[in-house]
Amino acid sequence: MQITLDKLKINQKGTIVAVKGQGVTRRRLFDMGVTPGALVTLIKLAPLGDPLEINIRNYELTLRKDEAKNVILEVEDN
Amino acid sequence: MIRVALAGNPNSGKTTLFNSLTGSTAHVGNWPGVTVDKKEGTYKKGKEPVNIIDLPGIYSLSPYTPEEVIARNYIIDERPDCIINIVDATNLERNLYLTTQLLEMDVPVVIALNMIDVLDKNKDKIDIKGLEKEIGVPVVAISALKEENLTTLMDEVINFSKVERKGTTILKKCKAYPIIEHIQKQLEDDNLFSSLFHAIKLAENDEIEIKMHPKQYEYVLKEKENIKDPIFENDLEAIIADARYKYISKHFSSKLTKSDRLEEIKDKNGNFVKKEKRSISDRIDRVLTNRVFGILIFVVILFFVFHLTFGEDLFYLSAMGAFSSLGDEFALASGTTFEGILFSSGGIQSPGVFLQTVVIGFTDWITELVSQGLTSLGAYNWAVAFICDGLLAGIFSVLSFLPQILLLFLFFSFLEDSGYMARVAFILDRIFRKFGVSGRAFMPLIMGFGCSIPAMTNTRTLATEKERIATVRVIPFFSCSAKLPILTACAGAIVSLFGVGNADLITLGMYFSGIIIAIIALLFMRNTTLRGETPPFIMELPAYHLPQFKSLMIHLWDKAKHFIKKAFTIILISNILIWFLQSFTPSWQYIEYVEGEGFLTSVTTNDSILAQIGMIIQPLFTPLGFGSQLGSFGWVFAVGAITGLIAKENVIATFAMLGAVVANVIDPSTLPGSLELYEGASDVALMIQATGINIPGIIAFIVFNMTTIPCFAAVATAKAELKKGTLKNTIAFWLITSYIAASAFYLIGTWWWTLFIYLALAAGVIVFIYFYNKKHPIKPQGAATI
Repeated sequence: MQITLDKLKINQKGTIVAVKGQGVTRRRLFDMGVTPGALVTLIKLAPLGDPLEINIRNYELTLRKDEAKNVILEVEDN
Repeated sequence: MIRVALAGNPNSGKTTLFNSLTGSTAHVGNWPGVTVDKKEGTYKKGKEPVNIIDLPGIYSLSPYTPEEVIARNYIIDERPDCIINIVDATNLERNLYLTTQLLEMDVPVVIALNMIDVLDKNKDKIDIKGLEKEIGVPVVAISALKEENLTTLMDEVINFSKVERKGTTILKKCKAYPIIEHIQKQLEDDNLFSSLFHAIKLAENDEIEIKMHPKQYEYVLKEKENIKDPIFENDLEAIIADARYKYISKHFSSKLTKSDRLEEIKDKNGNFVKKEKRSISDRIDRVLTNRVFGILIFVVILFFVFHLTFGEDLFYLSAMGAFSSLGDEFALASGTTFEGILFSSGGIQSPGVFLQTVVIGFTDWITELVSQGLTSLGAYNWAVAFICDGLLAGIFSVLSFLPQILLLFLFFSFLEDSGYMARVAFILDRIFRKFGVSGRAFMPLIMGFGCSIPAMTNTRTLATEKERIATVRVIPFFSCSAKLPILTACAGAIVSLFGVGNADLITLGMYFSGIIIAIIALLFMRNTTLRGETPPFIMELPAYHLPQFKSLMIHLWDKAKHFIKKAFTIILISNILIWFLQSFTPSWQYIEYVEGEGFLTSVTTNDSILAQIGMIIQPLFTPLGFGSQLGSFGWVFAVGAITGLIAKENVIATFAMLGAVVANVIDPSTLPGSLELYEGASDVALMIQATGINIPGIIAFIVFNMTTIPCFAAVATAKAELKKGTLKNTIAFWLITSYIAASAFYLIGTWWWTLFIYLALAAGVIVFIYFYNKKHPIKPQGAATI
């Protein structure tokens, strides 16, 4: 099943399939290792519900839900 | 001398390595045109001295942040003899992404594989020889923190820097490579340095390269139509980024074998189960960014930082009445030199206030000594006054703020280095995004309550130039500690004379007004002159660690030097000027004033050049409630407002001096005794009596001081921190904002119905901006420019 990163549940894992969007935001995501094939785990949400904290390539990255919407993941059905 | 550039990701231990290698030889400058620190130093322990340049911490060499542009320009234009690429062994994949780009340049690279001690502790294993073979350049395992293997690293660097090296790439199997190869050959025929790097960046749609090689870019555009990737189609930028990471995981990070990090935990039924062990950093983070307590913990930390720096009643002993009950014990100490330094009637002092008291005590002592010395030598009175009140007072007024500014710096550097600042941005981003800035803007803004100068310097962590400018401009609205005396004195005078309200509530209300004005100004700027996309918030949350003492001290020392240099020149000159203007009449007659004794000459400050200037500009402040309507003594408010532009401490100091003039007209003994409760309030009360200013007028005076040009030292800092040409507009912004805000407070306070006029005007402006912006959409953001 494919979902966008902002829909991931806490501690749920997914594999990146595609990164949409354009310009600075997309380039930044690539540079930080958010590229197809990478495994992502959602660690937590900020106290006010946004931004997100994810674990990718063995480090912690934070990004907003708006930016996370561009990242498409393959997750296991449950 | 061999020149070596140190490059690596932020949080990879780069600063620690730089400090360990260069020690006391390091010095900080600025990269031309930008305010990113440029650190340089010399490594002397090798067979040859090595000059080391610390490049900014970066994740990539893409052209979107000033740091990345600086790093790549340095390597391309200055051609260092070697690059030390520091790589965090605990975060191999993302760190090596930068490495793959550095390797594409025609410069020798040595990889310093850092945090090898952490790897050992975690029982992870890394095949260094295998990694070295795959990458093709020397790899040296080090621990920057424990200073392990640094000699081996530097020997390797010295040897390797003598070697010619051509750029290599891991993109040979990538679909874009034929295009890259073709362009590289063309560029190489033009004898271009690092042709491979340029060719790859061009294929990546890099804006800087497109401008430099438009002809070759046409070729890229034409050829990429033939590429068909099942996922990325013909998006070369994505294809290349993907190819880099895929190659890294397959060939490089596979050299790392991780231990399984499992620990045995007893579950509910008493059986032992294996679970993944949580690191200490994870456990700390669970608490600090907790959904329920995260914000509360943050507020408490912030309170302690400010309380330890500015608090006069450290343990709230005085507030709890403990001082009176302990009276006997303290009586022993009272009258000794400890009184006033360690504690005052207000309670035991915080370290910040304690240090400030020590500095003031010391500088007062010097002034006294100089004054006595000069008098005994038979110097003229005006000469003694010039040296002591003009020259020394100017220098010392800056020095007296240094301890608190440095302490504030120390606390904030500690929070920054420990990794907590990134979490603060994480916690608060949701709120601050609404005002057009990211969560990272919070720290500089809150530091503004202490002092605008460190706060403005702290904006360096912000992602975009527009966000920085907007933040620097509203920092002064977060009322700094030098503005507090104005607030308390004016509030005290209002309460005592007019018998309304509560001084603490008025002061607090003014602080909140400042914040509200800041928010309005931010929203206004981000929708008009500083309009732009909300900057992306994609940030690493580094693991928590205890900051290194040495780094903190080096950092602090740099700041102290910077502050003294910047503030000294400007404050000193302005102080001398003010002293001169208020001590002489237009016909060069000297006005002699002695504290406690009054004026010794027939002319008073009312006859000074300053007063004459004050009377000329007085009408300007009429719409603000402290202009022409105040009559012949009204110029004191005008002068107070003007001297406040130089330094906010001047406002109450000016009032004190002018109070002596007014005292000839109003008998101070007729004033209410309650004024004694508030520091400086009696001088303000004298002014109020002499001028007949109303409450909205006084409030407008406070608002003006809070939102106008903060002080010359802050202007100098803003000038250094902002891009060239922005300072003019920033000063205009402060003047206009303070004028509008203060007049609004005065007019609405005096004639309440004017509120509706203001509301109607505001609505008109909002509607206009809305429709204008709708017609003119924002252009997408391009490459960073320097």
